[in-house]
Amino acid sequence: MKYLYFPGCSLKGSGKAYEESFLAVAKAVGLEIRELEDWNCCGATAYMSVDETRSYALAGRNLAIAERENLDIIAPCNACYLVLNKTQHALKDDEELRRKVVKALKAGGLDYKGTVRVRHPLDVLINDVGLDKIRALVKKPLKDLKLAAYYGCQMVRPYASFDDQHDPVTMDKLMEAAGAECVPWPLKTRCCGGSLTGTVPEAGLRLAYILLREAKKRGAGAIVTLCPLCQFNLDGYQDQMARKFEKVDFPVVYFTQVLGLALGLSASELGIQRGIIPAGKVLSGAR
Amino acid sequence: MALEQKIKYEGDCDREFAKWVVSQTGGDNLRHCIQCGVCSATCPLSLYMDYTPRRLINLAREGFKKEVLGSFTIWLCASCYACRVECPKKIHITDIMYLLKRRAIEEGVYPRRFPIPVLAREFARMVFAFGRVNETLLVMDLFLRTNWFRFLSMTGLGLNLMRTGRMSLLPDHIKRRRELRKVLDAIDSDKTEAVS
Amino acid sequence: MSDNKQKKDALPRVGFYVCHCGTNIAGTIDVAEVQKYVSGLPGVAVSRDYKYMCSDPGQELIARDIKEHKLERLVVAACSPNLHEETFRKAAAKGGLNPFYFQMVNIREHASWVHTDKKAATEKAKDLARAAVARVQHHRSLDKKRVPVDPNVLVVGGGIAGIHAALTLANAGKKVTLVEREATIGGHMALFDKTFPTLDCAACILTPKMSAVKSHPNITLWTYSEVEKVEGYVGNYKVTVKRKPRFVKEDLCVGCMECIDACVFKEAKFRDKFNQGLGKRKPVYIDFPQATPKVVLVDPETCIQLKTGKCKKSCAAACDRNAFDFDQKEELKELQVGAIVLATGFKTYDAGRDPNYGYGRYPGVFTALEIERLVNASGPTSGEVVLRDGRRPKAVGIIHCVGSRDEKSNKWCSRVCCMYSLKLAHLIKEHSGAEVYNFYIDMRAPGKAYEEFYDKLLGEGVHFIRGRVSEVSDWAMTPDEEGKLVLRVEDTLAGFVRRVPVDMVVLSTGLEPQTDAQEVRRRFNIGCGTEGFFQERHPKLAPVNTFTDGIYIAGACQAPRDIPDTVAQAGAAAAEALSLIDAGFVELEPNTSHVLEEECCGCKSCVPLCPYSAITFDETKKKAVINEVLCKGCGVCAAACPSGSIVQNLFDDEEIFSEIKGVLSK
Repeated sequence: MKYLYFPGCSLKGSGKAYEESFLAVAKAVGLEIRELEDWNCCGATAYMSVDETRSYALAGRNLAIAERENLDIIAPCNACYLVLNKTQHALKDDEELRRKVVKALKAGGLDYKGTVRVRHPLDVLINDVGLDKIRALVKKPLKDLKLAAYYGCQMVRPYASFDDQHDPVTMDKLMEAAGAECVPWPLKTRCCGGSLTGTVPEAGLRLAYILLREAKKRGAGAIVTLCPLCQFNLDGYQDQMARKFEKVDFPVVYFTQVLGLALGLSASELGIQRGIIPAGKVLSGAR
Repeated sequence: MALEQKIKYEGDCDREFAKWVVSQTGGDNLRHCIQCGVCSATCPLSLYMDYTPRRLINLAREGFKKEVLGSFTIWLCASCYACRVECPKKIHITDIMYLLKRRAIEEGVYPRRFPIPVLAREFARMVFAFGRVNETLLVMDLFLRTNWFRFLSMTGLGLNLMRTGRMSLLPDHIKRRRELRKVLDAIDSDKTEAVS
Repeated sequence: MSDNKQKKDALPRVGFYVCHCGTNIAGTIDVAEVQKYVSGLPGVAVSRDYKYMCSDPGQELIARDIKEHKLERLVVAACSPNLHEETFRKAAAKGGLNPFYFQMVNIREHASWVHTDKKAATEKAKDLARAAVARVQHHRSLDKKRVPVDPNVLVVGGGIAGIHAALTLANAGKKVTLVEREATIGGHMALFDKTFPTLDCAACILTPKMSAVKSHPNITLWTYSEVEKVEGYVGNYKVTVKRKPRFVKEDLCVGCMECIDACVFKEAKFRDKFNQGLGKRKPVYIDFPQATPKVVLVDPETCIQLKTGKCKKSCAAACDRNAFDFDQKEELKELQVGAIVLATGFKTYDAGRDPNYGYGRYPGVFTALEIERLVNASGPTSGEVVLRDGRRPKAVGIIHCVGSRDEKSNKWCSRVCCMYSLKLAHLIKEHSGAEVYNFYIDMRAPGKAYEEFYDKLLGEGVHFIRGRVSEVSDWAMTPDEEGKLVLRVEDTLAGFVRRVPVDMVVLSTGLEPQTDAQEVRRRFNIGCGTEGFFQERHPKLAPVNTFTDGIYIAGACQAPRDIPDTVAQAGAAAAEALSLIDAGFVELEPNTSHVLEEECCGCKSCVPLCPYSAITFDETKKKAVINEVLCKGCGVCAAACPSGSIVQNLFDDEEIFSEIKGVLSK
């Protein structure tokens, strides 16, 4: 099973642990991953605020490059996942837009046909690899670990292709396959604040704080997430939250890190030490 | 105590603006809004907005351009798409927020040091030039333009990121920058003024 | 020359009339020119133009001319036959001419209304008129067939609509069979406690009618029964009804319910559908004490005797009427009726389809029907408004428009929910003293005394918040919200987003067509709209008729409806059925097809093609036979017959070819 890997700008920077753990896990379950050649930034929410057509062309360049290799793309970052999928939808439904973007890509020597699929790593693990195979590969099930599975918004909204839009369960199932317990909680898909935590903290900080508070209240030991911006918002601002609201001290990990540990990989190759709030104790104490 | 006159006359409505909103992608079924308010109810940021999403839709379709483009609402939208999913008329509210943001940036209607439009603009500039965004440089650029104090208060976070190896210091860029520039230049701008 | 003269004399004398239709036709077509042109055509004895042919003087003109000029055929060039073919046929008959010697030409919708070029339109009118004149000369004299109408009626569905229709028809002296799927009649109305806007007790106004149905000498009540098959046509329907086995003889059971007490199950433990799952019942049960007929029934899914054959059957032992019969089988019965009234009602929206509202996830979330049973004095909690664990709620939120006005579920407004939400608000407040919040988008109170009812509720201190609730959640942000269900909503009138903590949430679910509405409507050969409700013939002018003659619809099966309108519609459907029956006969259009027996080769190609199942094959003669009463004149068989041995009246080969030749010969 071969795939192209689209890291996006954050997985090379603040989301480095996600890249490390994703690539390690992919190798351990037998996926062949190759980074998309000369990928460019997907544009995230920012570019769409400036220019609509150029935004689609920017994302479209990645899709056109992937089409040359005719392989599906895995985009772990929620924002990249959404932007690339939205581009596919928009270019399919809007003829005028498609005309403009295809013309522009041609000017750069690229062809776009809309043939590759953009997948989420969760989708690939559950549907292409399968829970049975993963369960068979688990060497060190993480018993006694209670997690709050946090999906964020852009993986399930507006397109929910492989999981339920209001009550997603794929990550819960995967974590259970890794031996952990996922606590039921109502804020699975509530927005963490996105880029507002940095730009308008009066609003954004509270959104992230609410999630940590509720997860803690439900008895979880950590939040497990699948988006680098969510992880950053929940992990990186806990000192500011302590000043404004209350002390939180709650680790936030990636699902690939949890799965990686269960598969017997080492903490350092999964980037566990990169958590600003140390996560090692909660995760290792569970073994 | 200074009294403010809040009445609106027909001249205060810009019908052309209303028509423009409806004509953009995402705005096509705007007129079908029944003002139920579920968008505002589900929006996690609505409690901070001066006009809730529902109210903004109402103002937009009547043509209250000044209120709409000058609102905090469009900048506080985090693009979480909860409103679009809950809307009983399937109105593309998030896309409407995007198109209003674009119009506001185009017309330069936002407070001068307001971070979000500045972020969008700088992001776009960086992507156009390098093809990729260096988070550190972007954040530094943003705060230096808008809020020195905030910048200083972020040093704690900055140190944490450096400690855990999550800070990318070298600017990153794609190999075929000229190719990207050709692609983006080939698009005829449908804006009335270029981004400053 | 003499040949021509003879030919001209041999042609039937045609009267031609072209209508101005005010300026509708005359504004584009030069009617005088058409009149003059047609007057010179072979066979035309009279050619006139007139301002409004359909008017009384216009029709009298025709009748007079027929007599005076001994006309043998009639052509009117005017509007659409849909509007006035019947009018002019009657005018012909008045003048003593067989009405089928008439042909209508549409020069309004086909010429003056669709062309702007006056010259071309006039030429086209001339061509069409010429064709009609050529055609009508080949028309034959025909007669409308009359079939008698069976005076008996079938009413399907025993809710308030079916009950009222059945009583009206029975009181008019007709024999009615009322077929109901459930074990008792009463429908949804039997579930309610009080009804809006009068707060009448539903049972108090319904049970007398139910009782009247049971005791009416003209009504045969078949409950626990379903219609299996419908054959025939207006005035002559043959219906097969399946009567499901109750395992209790209906004519012996008096409803004393001793058997239920005696059942080997000491405690009731099975889901009680009537009480919306809030109560429990035993395998032998009766829906409610006033069920009509007052006869118990046994559920084959849960009864030990019926599942294993090994039970001491203490129920049968306790019955001093010896009414139990565990070997009872389902019965098929046949009915002959002339008219059918469908009053099959509705189902409510499945609240589980809106995951945001937490139905099924949070025990404190209820549907409106569940609350109806809770507030009902003969319900599972004897009228106490309590949560599933028995606690009394201190605050209750009622959410309007669940499953209505929503592109994601049902686009329509279900019409009754605002009113019943107000009613439930009143009842909940009265029974429990809780704070009640109604969350609405628009307050719809269109009926008589409805707005006044809303005003009454405003005075009772119920909180009205205009805003659609986005979610029901147990996530608490303040100490007051701990342990509660929090509704997040924008109070659009006040202008803030609010979080309202409540103990109980009531979902005002909308009305939908029954789950098997498509199957049922196919069985009766009627249409459905895109939403799935039964299709009326015309939304304003014929709301209880369908496109199938003899079948009428009434109540919520046609569209969401409250009780006053349902009863009115049921009366209307009964009246339409009565007008059919009391006329005594139905006149059938003669444009039917028949088989020329000598020419039929017995290939059977036509038999499966007929959409009205009017063609059968006579195995002895090896010829196809068409039942002219069932035939609707669609023409498919005539077109398909490879030997050309099927002829359709008014559309035989000579008539069609002469019309074509008429158009082409300039």
